[in-house]
Amino acid sequence: MNWISNYVRPKINSLFSRREVPENLWTKCPECGTMLFHRELAANLNVCTSCDHHMAITPRDRFTALFDTGIFVEVKVPEPITDPLHFRDQKKYPDRLKAAQKSTGAKEAMLVAEGEVGRTPIVAVAQDFSFMAGSMGMYVGNAIVAAAERAVKLKRPLVLFAAAGGARMQEGILSLMQMPRTTVAVQMLREARLPYIVVLTHPTTGGVTASYAMLGDVQIAEPNALICFAGPRVIEQTIREKLPEGFQRAEYLLDHGMLDRVTHRKAMRDELMMILRMLMGMTPAVKGDLPPPGDPSAAVADAN
Amino acid sequence: MNYLDFEKPLAEIEGKAEELRALARANPAMDVAKEAEGLDRKADTLLKDLYKALTPWQKCLVARHPDRPHTKDYIDALFSEYTPLAGDRGFADDHAVMGGLARFNDQPVIVIGHEKGNDTKSRIERNFGMARPEGYRKAVRLMEMADRFRLPVITLIDTPGAYPGKGAEERGQAEAIARSTEKCLEIGVPLISVVIGEGGSGGAVAFATANRIAMLEHSVYSVISPEGCASILWKDADKMREAAEALRLTAQDLQKLGVIDRIVKEPLGGAQRGRKETVEAVGKAIEAMLKELSGKKPDALIKDRRQKFLDMGSKGLAA
Ligand SMILES: [Zn+2]
Repeated sequence: MNWISNYVRPKINSLFSRREVPENLWTKCPECGTMLFHRELAANLNVCTSCDHHMAITPRDRFTALFDTGIFVEVKVPEPITDPLHFRDQKKYPDRLKAAQKSTGAKEAMLVAEGEVGRTPIVAVAQDFSFMAGSMGMYVGNAIVAAAERAVKLKRPLVLFAAAGGARMQEGILSLMQMPRTTVAVQMLREARLPYIVVLTHPTTGGVTASYAMLGDVQIAEPNALICFAGPRVIEQTIREKLPEGFQRAEYLLDHGMLDRVTHRKAMRDELMMILRMLMGMTPAVKGDLPPPGDPSAAVADAN
Repeated sequence: MNYLDFEKPLAEIEGKAEELRALARANPAMDVAKEAEGLDRKADTLLKDLYKALTPWQKCLVARHPDRPHTKDYIDALFSEYTPLAGDRGFADDHAVMGGLARFNDQPVIVIGHEKGNDTKSRIERNFGMARPEGYRKAVRLMEMADRFRLPVITLIDTPGAYPGKGAEERGQAEAIARSTEKCLEIGVPLISVVIGEGGSGGAVAFATANRIAMLEHSVYSVISPEGCASILWKDADKMREAAEALRLTAQDLQKLGVIDRIVKEPLGGAQRGRKETVEAVGKAIEAMLKELSGKKPDALIKDRRQKFLDMGSKGLAA
């Protein structure tokens, strides 16, 4: 189910390894080749200022841009058992995990937070493609279950930003079992009549697409995001023909009835706010009506 | 008999015994009985030794053996009045997925399963058991019907995986699998799955999100094929033996992990050497699992099923 990871990893790796070097303040757009100054790129939410290509963005950066005044409270995710299969390929799985933690500064491939978006209280969960291709294992499953439980407890909608190469092979069958597990989380939201909005980002593939990422009440994708079950290379090898331009990209899926909307990253916040407020029966949001900076101590308060 | 690669020494011995007997048939004066029996005994011992300690990769090969009983064989032998119900009501009928009404021990049920086919023609027609979105949507339709009329659902799992094709992707393969898994979790009737051969990733879980899950002794169930895993993590598809080992995809490991509930024993030499006994053993397992769930209220069945999957994996191999 991780068919895609080979295909996308080189690009992403180069992007992130470059970011690690502090003196390198320039990022080359993988789509158009333009050199982008880091501050300008960050201000544009990692969207190329020249060709509009949506590059990967970390959950933390996304949440900072999403939540009012950049303030959010992390929701605690229960720790799964580490390396349940004692998996070893060319490297030991715990070593791969440690390497990913070191290079990303993140604990795992998913971040859960609560906060307000245009004074609309929500719970949000975002997948980190830079962490082992965002792959879905026990931790990602736990994060989604924790997010859904928190949303139900607080009676808030859940917004999920998906990005993954698929299931985490190093957790074997237990990664596959996250498909039904996360589906149970979606059902908790349904039963509580709380909106569940999925934002599909580049790339979302394999078992992730075939479970929680396709079960939203509203399905929104970022432009040109690759969204699929089987990756294009696997399909080309199977059918032995070249796939059409734009195949499995967000716009293609929109045309084929698989998505509700394709929305630019910079317009996403307003759109989410608008849709959520309608679904929650709230009054329309007043554009530009941002709350005053909140109490910063809230950012470190315990979410539980 | 189709011999697997690792059964070659066995094929040689059994071939020799057969040759001897053929020779004796041609020359009735020859007495080969003793020698042939000796070879038979040797073959028996070898078969026992081989199947006593199958490696995970060898189990993959056994699970894919073309002579194993397939879904159609189980339906023919274990169910009466099987009435196939076709189509997803949207696009097509997917022949990789069999499904319909039937009676199991006289009790009306819905039975659904992947069917791989057993010769070139039927394999192509069945797309080697690789379902397209229509197969999952047909299953959803049947599960809804089962829920409405309070019929238990029995699913038989035997697929390399969902079909990675252009049309399948265009018509929403991922969504179809997600909805099928979701439907499994929604129905207020007993849902029982048996992995009879290959449990290939999302294509399998879409039918196997069940109250009770059994696996045949030498069947496998995995997030990815060993070949696929090897080519990604080892960058070498020939490392499938190592990958099969690492993935813990055997029925024995899956039971330790708490992912499946029971193992159905296969005859000596695998299901392909005792098709009838295998089918009967699966029938007994289905009967036992149905009994375990009988009398449970719809809400309890749903709740238990969800909890089963929420709890899954919390203990790792120590479970
Ligand atoms: Zn660009």
